[in-house]
Amino acid sequence: MKHISTLNTKLLQNTVEKGGCGECQTSCTVANQACENK
Amino acid sequence: MIHKYRLNGFNIVLDVNSGAVHTVDDVVYDILDFYKETDADGIKARLADRYAAEEIDEGIGELKELEDNGMLFTEDVFADVIPKVENRNPVVKALCLHIAHDCNLKCRYCFAEEGEYHGKRELMSPEVGKKAIDFLIKNSGSRKNLEVDFFGGEPLLNFDTVKQTVEYARSIEKQHNKNFRFTITTNGILLNDEIQSYINENMSNVVLSIDGRKEVNDRMRPRAGGQGTYDVIMPKFKKLAESRNQTDYYVRGTFTRFNTDFAEDVLHLADMGFKQISVEPVVADPAEDYAIREEDLPAIYDEYERLALAILDRRAKGEYFNFFHFMIDLTGGPCVIKRMVGCGSGTEYLAVTPTGELYPCHQFVGIDGFKMGSVDTGIERPDIRKNFEGCNVYTKPECKKCWARFFCSGGCTANSWNTHGDLVTPYEIGCKMQRKRIECAIMIKAAEACSKD
Repeated sequence: MKHISTLNTKLLQNTVEKGGCGECQTSCTVANQACENK
Repeated sequence: MIHKYRLNGFNIVLDVNSGAVHTVDDVVYDILDFYKETDADGIKARLADRYAAEEIDEGIGELKELEDNGMLFTEDVFADVIPKVENRNPVVKALCLHIAHDCNLKCRYCFAEEGEYHGKRELMSPEVGKKAIDFLIKNSGSRKNLEVDFFGGEPLLNFDTVKQTVEYARSIEKQHNKNFRFTITTNGILLNDEIQSYINENMSNVVLSIDGRKEVNDRMRPRAGGQGTYDVIMPKFKKLAESRNQTDYYVRGTFTRFNTDFAEDVLHLADMGFKQISVEPVVADPAEDYAIREEDLPAIYDEYERLALAILDRRAKGEYFNFFHFMIDLTGGPCVIKRMVGCGSGTEYLAVTPTGELYPCHQFVGIDGFKMGSVDTGIERPDIRKNFEGCNVYTKPECKKCWARFFCSGGCTANSWNTHGDLVTPYEIGCKMQRKRIECAIMIKAAEACSKD
């Protein structure tokens, strides 16, 4: 693209079906939390 | 929903519901002001004095391509996930053990009131520590990785209980198919070589409390007699950080309205050689003279921007340090459910007082109406747990319409309680600072991607 550069794609939707296992560490950052169930 | 902003020469566009981030030129940035309210001819009419029609057509075409590919103006489908959030039956996976409701410092901003948490000076016995481990194992379901944080007050005032609790947990973890991860926070006064060795052998992370520059630290973190602490703790912290190879620790400070130039404190800590740094805004009763006020926010925004530029400048010279509040993963990170519920206070994460009482988190300890039970009896107030279970970015009206909700995860419930007396109305000043930090964090990622190109 000439006018737009994209840094990432679909960060969120990919995790709807599989998410919520709760194995990740507690967050108090959450935006940088690693999934521990991939 | 999108959020667009300009920072450090970048035009940044965040597509809120996909998490996609784009950097765009001025043409597209301006087109976005009208893209959803009028057609191509209307946009060209509005922008004719600034851009050629051909440029505008190109920009619209590229935006349409992103939209068709689910990376711009993406629909919010996550309300459909709420039943999954509400029915997830979270287990307890982390405890904050208040090893000592006592402290050898008299920090002016301490929410624990010199470590006493609205109560009296108390130390946790080894027996209570062990019962807390038993409680965690019993209430953690099939979850394997469990976390225990040793907190205070000052935990080193009661280090024997720390050691006995760790030893007990290690002795039984395998038979229960658990793996404990221990962390500790200290003000450093009692740190010595023996304790440092123990921490390095047993603690996955250690938080070292220091506010930054000597005059800033000593103003807010004095001993009971008023003497400063910087000269005592700085050499100990430098030694500990080096002994951990500059990983798995934080030097962690608090800034107040007395030092809205807090980037200087962050950079001072970096100049002292620390690589893992967090300096965070105080949350305090607005009546306190050090509490951050609405009128302080413009200076604080400027300071976060200044810090972001300084971080980029240093990284370009090969001088890397990590700033906690600018940590953001734009290609991975947690699942949507984690992003919706945040810290898990009151459900997955509980605090234990020296006598074994259970509270939703360390900041709720001692507050009337939030005692949930004890390590002896278990959870006796499932209604409190239920209230916290219901907290997510879609049950918090302000969060539901905020562009930052999937990076912030709804903010701190204790801050909500302390400022509004409920669990779902966020602390606005905190939200505004959080949004600025997220903007800076995304900009840093954009700048780093740009420098790679």
